Amino acid sequence: MEFGPHLLLAVLEGAVGAAVLALTALGLSLVFGVMRVVNVAHGEFFMVGAVVAWFVADTIAGHPAVGFVAALIVAPLVAGLIAVLVDKLVLKQVAYDPEATIVGTIGVLYILQQTALMTYGPEPRPVEAPFSHRIALPWFEWGENGLAMFYPWGLSITSYKLFVIFAAATVLVAFWLVMSRTRYGLIMRATQLDRETALAFGIPVQRVYSIVFGLGAGLAALAAVLIVPIQQAYYLMGAEPLLLSFIVVIIGGLGSVRGTVVAALMIGMSDGVISVFLSPTLSKIIATLLVALVLVFRPQGLFGTKAA
Amino acid sequence: MSLNARSLALHLGLVAVLFALCFLLPTYHQGNLARIMVLATYAVGYNVLFGYTGLLSLGHAMFFAAGMYGLGLAMQLGGLSPVPAFAVGLLSAAALSAIVALLALRTIGVAFMIVTLMFSQAAFLTALYFGAWTGGDEGFVIAQASRQIAGYDLTNPTVRYLAALAVFSVALLMTGRMMQASFGHVLIGVRENEERTQMLGYDVYRHKLLAVIISGTLSGAAGAAYALLFGYVGATFASVQYSIFPLLWVLLGGAGTTIGPLIGVIFMFYLIDYSSGLTSAYMLIAGVVLVLLTLYARTGLMGEVRKRWVPWLP
Repeated sequence: MEFGPHLLLAVLEGAVGAAVLALTALGLSLVFGVMRVVNVAHGEFFMVGAVVAWFVADTIAGHPAVGFVAALIVAPLVAGLIAVLVDKLVLKQVAYDPEATIVGTIGVLYILQQTALMTYGPEPRPVEAPFSHRIALPWFEWGENGLAMFYPWGLSITSYKLFVIFAAATVLVAFWLVMSRTRYGLIMRATQLDRETALAFGIPVQRVYSIVFGLGAGLAALAAVLIVPIQQAYYLMGAEPLLLSFIVVIIGGLGSVRGTVVAALMIGMSDGVISVFLSPTLSKIIATLLVALVLVFRPQGLFGTKAA
Repeated sequence: MSLNARSLALHLGLVAVLFALCFLLPTYHQGNLARIMVLATYAVGYNVLFGYTGLLSLGHAMFFAAGMYGLGLAMQLGGLSPVPAFAVGLLSAAALSAIVALLALRTIGVAFMIVTLMFSQAAFLTALYFGAWTGGDEGFVIAQASRQIAGYDLTNPTVRYLAALAVFSVALLMTGRMMQASFGHVLIGVRENEERTQMLGYDVYRHKLLAVIISGTLSGAAGAAYALLFGYVGATFASVQYSIFPLLWVLLGGAGTTIGPLIGVIFMFYLIDYSSGLTSAYMLIAGVVLVLLTLYARTGLMGEVRKRWVPWLP
């Protein structure tokens, strides 16, 4: 393939990764923003989403789309319920102390991961996509006869991947609408701004925390259901989205939702594009070091404000 | 007996008991305890930073691995003999911890944890990236013939046990002494109330910097000893899991107690050893223990002992 089509392909693949990453990181950012809790088990909620999606798709016979739609509903619910339990049984008990919640969620990470190993098993398994048509993409080039259109070999995307991008964008917009236009969003923003004042105005802060923690986990699980027909469900799959989400949330500014989405697009796209040209390990080393340095020298993130 | 004499007696007594156990234990447990003492050295190093200074690092695996790869690569590629190679391991860990300290100490709290985690992840990936020399995931074995010091064969179980005991004793007595000196008292002051310590005129930043370097170098010594005594160097020891382990051991044994790290490692080692016979998901135990500790025993085993029965416990 020529350089141009190759780059276009990398950008498209990157966009799929970015869409899923934006959803996952949004969950982490929401939890950090509202509750000031660093959820180290976030990647495992992603994994739970993927594994539940496999179980649901495996149980429901018939057209793959039926199982997929069921998984889209069931998996985020299961992950959300587990998260609400974790909030009630662990986080609330330690009064959301920053260090204790980190140590506690590390524990939850291993519990979820190892439970998946015991029940689901060590081998990765695929979930069938509800639909998957190969769409060849045209490429334009200025040739001898003026502008020519042709279909380079290998330049294509599946309809399912386009659907992933579309679905993630829809969820992001819906989330933004809920946060900025509804009463629930107002309550969450009030809790984020000032916990004590919110409590004084009669907002049930404890219940808001539970819901936010469940919602964060649900977003990660939803992202996992979307990606699982492209990747496979695997009990160790949580580490990568956790690390990438951390990177996104740090770059975007801890607790800033808009920054998170912008950073997710940036990181997801550049991850797709860079790994075409550099070895994936080297690009990850550079990315991790850069992010650590951002946190050292610009703790408010690249887009965050000082107050956040 | 004065407080200092008491704690010295406790530490020397512990060393004597461990020495006697070398000749009393069956071979299997002797081997386990040798490994436990090396890992406990790692935990002692971690405790200097987490237990005494109050800084929670999630990236100590990079210091352990720096010592391990420093010694391993010096022997494998440089052809050095064990003693100078051990020095290389120590220096690598000291240099890495100095660099990390200078950068990471600009942050506090949660950011400090994430920054150390990120640096450690970068170190882990670097070990994988230079797979041509490090062997990547599979690692490499240090030849049995080269693991000798002054005619003593470190692959012999008794010699290995005594070497592990020597490393652990140095670490234990050194930190024990350090915590009696004014330097140690300032570290505890930083943990309890950083602003007040600053206000009293102590250079908090310099103390924290030294704490990271001492902690990192001790961890590196443990890594180098592990590679030398057990003959294996691999990227697993640089992974996140090996940053979580010392946290787990120290929390379980009792953060801010001198013998807590050893107790924590013994408990965790046998718990995992026992459960890995039952299921491949043995890390489940680690997870459950972490959650239970967070919920019910924030001070750990030795912390409880100190609270209930032995208030002078160092």
